[in-house]
Amino acid sequence: MTQMKTNSVDAVRDVPIISSAMPGDYIELLKPRVMSLVVFTALIGLLMAPGSINPVVGAIAILCIAIGAGASGALNMWYDADIDAVMARTSRRPIPDGRIEPEQALAFGLVLSSFAVMTMGVMVNWLSASILAFTIFFYAVVYTMWLKRSTPQNIVIGGAAGAFPPVIGWAAVTGTISVESLVLFAIIFIWTPPHFWALALYKSADYEKANIPMMPNVQGEASTRMQIFAYSVLLVVISVLPTAMGFASLGYCLFAAVLGLVFLYLAWKVWQDRSVDTGHRNEKRLFGYSIFYLFAIFSALGVDAIVMRLGL
Amino acid sequence: MMAETEHEMVEMTAAQKKAQRARNIAIAAVLIAFVVILYVGTWAKLGVNVLNRTL
Repeated sequence: MTQMKTNSVDAVRDVPIISSAMPGDYIELLKPRVMSLVVFTALIGLLMAPGSINPVVGAIAILCIAIGAGASGALNMWYDADIDAVMARTSRRPIPDGRIEPEQALAFGLVLSSFAVMTMGVMVNWLSASILAFTIFFYAVVYTMWLKRSTPQNIVIGGAAGAFPPVIGWAAVTGTISVESLVLFAIIFIWTPPHFWALALYKSADYEKANIPMMPNVQGEASTRMQIFAYSVLLVVISVLPTAMGFASLGYCLFAAVLGLVFLYLAWKVWQDRSVDTGHRNEKRLFGYSIFYLFAIFSALGVDAIVMRLGL
Repeated sequence: MMAETEHEMVEMTAAQKKAQRARNIAIAAVLIAFVVILYVGTWAKLGVNVLNRTL
């Protein structure tokens, strides 16, 4: 018979002392969908970097970035459990849903972070490990613990955390941070505000309930819509920089321009068409398209890099 | 001795046992994967230099 001890303190807190959490619940803490975008952009950074890397070492680098990103997601869920419980979009996450205790998520996040960074350092190089560590710190501490609840610029500055993966991938190959990798950083960094604010516009009631100062709740919808368009213009300009700087082809430039014009059109619609009875159709379309856009832009950069390497 | 009496024994439910077993298997799998990654990674990084050492 399997028996475990409990104590009076836990009994008083009425906390389930024996966890029923399944491995899948822990995987959910890693935010797999966010992780997929992180892995993808890191892989493109790794492919685009000049020089070569042993495929096994490259795979380990990507794995470490994925685990590090997942760990920061777990730390985010640990700290944000109170507001996740209030918001409909996040109320079914493992901690507010009662499947995992906050302390378990914290330990899980810390252990994975440590292993990801140390493995990256030992097996790849210490620059990429340092940037990975900084990224985890930036997302978990600077964004989650500080910015998210204190300023409407939360996702603007916090967006840096999501923009670092291609820089880490690049550094894994070259051992340096170069202007080219910073352009990849800038694409994701400038993409983040229109992406999140499109979501915030149709989830503003949720954010209001959780008392999170998102841009639509603080500066109003009109200002947010205008800023979405402004960032979108900047995004289109930055997206063609790889060609202007000579590390992507003209074909990429044309592709990015077409994708960017669609982005601008949807952002324009969000700015201009504010009819209430559309059920936030424009915002939802921009949000959905923004995800496709980032995948498409980085796919094009990846294909471009492979074509250039093969000399086709 | 008083502290001991405050403890009570609880029996795990079938669901808890199942979850614990699944977690144990997952941890074992991750640890094995970690060892394999370090082993293969070391060979990939150092190659034959792994064997190149003074005896």
